[in-house]
Amino acid sequence: MVMRKLVVVAVVSFSAGLAVASFAGFREFIPGLLEGALVTIQITLAGAVVAVICATVAGLAKMYAPWPLRWLAVVYIELFRGTSALVQLFWLFFVLPLFGVTLAPMTVAIAALGLNIGAYGAEVVRGAVAAVPRGQWEATTALNMSRTQALRRIILPQAFVAMIPPWGNLFIELLKSTALVSLITISDLAFRAQQMNQTTFRTLEIFTIVLVIYLAIASIITVGMRALEQKAVGAMVRGRGH
Amino acid sequence: MLWDWSYAFEILPILAQASLVTIQATLLGFVLALVLGLVFALLRMAKSPWIALPVATLVEFIRSTPLLIQIFFLYFVFPEFGVSLDAFTAGVIALGLHYGTYCAEVYRAGLDNVPRGQWEASTALNLSPFHTFRDIIIPQAIPPVVPALGNYFVALFKETPLLSAIAVLELMQQAKILGSTTFRYIEPITLVGLFFLLFSLVASALIRMVERRLNRIGAR
Repeated sequence: MVMRKLVVVAVVSFSAGLAVASFAGFREFIPGLLEGALVTIQITLAGAVVAVICATVAGLAKMYAPWPLRWLAVVYIELFRGTSALVQLFWLFFVLPLFGVTLAPMTVAIAALGLNIGAYGAEVVRGAVAAVPRGQWEATTALNMSRTQALRRIILPQAFVAMIPPWGNLFIELLKSTALVSLITISDLAFRAQQMNQTTFRTLEIFTIVLVIYLAIASIITVGMRALEQKAVGAMVRGRGH
Repeated sequence: MLWDWSYAFEILPILAQASLVTIQATLLGFVLALVLGLVFALLRMAKSPWIALPVATLVEFIRSTPLLIQIFFLYFVFPEFGVSLDAFTAGVIALGLHYGTYCAEVYRAGLDNVPRGQWEASTALNLSPFHTFRDIIIPQAIPPVVPALGNYFVALFKETPLLSAIAVLELMQQAKILGSTTFRYIEPITLVGLFFLLFSLVASALIRMVERRLNRIGAR
């Protein structure tokens, strides 16, 4: 069974390689596309930082903050989960300048995508914190810890481990939604592809290479998050979770 | 005054017209996603690795690349093979294909949850594989996953503005055209945002209702 699977993998990857090799002169596109990929990676990384901060603040505010803040967190989460990412991007790009706030396209991209993924992430944070067993809270009371201390030293480190796999999915969502920023004039991977397509009409080659680059970045995220999870679980088991 | 009510009311009928295209694309795309998802899920379960592995690879590939690029790919690459799709068709196919791969995973979870004994009982009753699937497995596998499918319905709906990138005259594209002719972006884009918010909230309320009804049927 394993042998047969290996044979299938070999045949499939060989024919895929053959297909790529038959693109005559696809190499000329690679440097430009890689430059675009760099912009895509930058936006993904910066967006991820914004998303994690927004998600942590909004998720915890929804659970523990006094009511005005809690209400604000709920509005933020529902607003950004209920509308389309592209509409949010265009709103920040076209409408904010009319209120006198002009941001660079790059800032708009990072803010819009970060806020969008952050709203989904807030629910991940909330779910993971809620899933920590009640006994842990009771134990912190028994040890006379304050609520902030308990959250920081006992609850969040345990919730963190449970958050890693859903965050991996969200980061891949973020990577995929960075293709939208090409529509607000940022020259990311998708933008470069369209530009090259308009000048050379070598559509099949260009878009296939672009898809493969996205796939490669997504695979790196998957592998990285899995490594992080293993490390976090290991640290938890050794009792050095914080 | 930044917000012009009379302009907002003036463009409302035009946007309402465009929202019909958005809703059409959503419904057609989702029907396609439901069908393709089931096909993907069943092919992935095939015993022969010659079918299962390429399908699994394809599903993973589509899931981890951006929808926007896939829309461009279908719209620009298919004409090279002699198949010219108009923008709306290409967009709907891309939406259906992309969300079909998500639905495939949902179906798979549902199919995996059908107890083994059901398969064995079908074998004992001498049912053909077709009848086993149609009459025994699928009726048990689908109802529990309807809420998850409903979430993807809302997600697909929120992706339809991407079709504006290949000039399908849906809500976002109409808003952009209105904005570029009058230089007033506040009203069209805000109205589009409100429309999406409203539709998403209504749709998630509906999904919760369906979920409750399914639970009641299941309990009976």
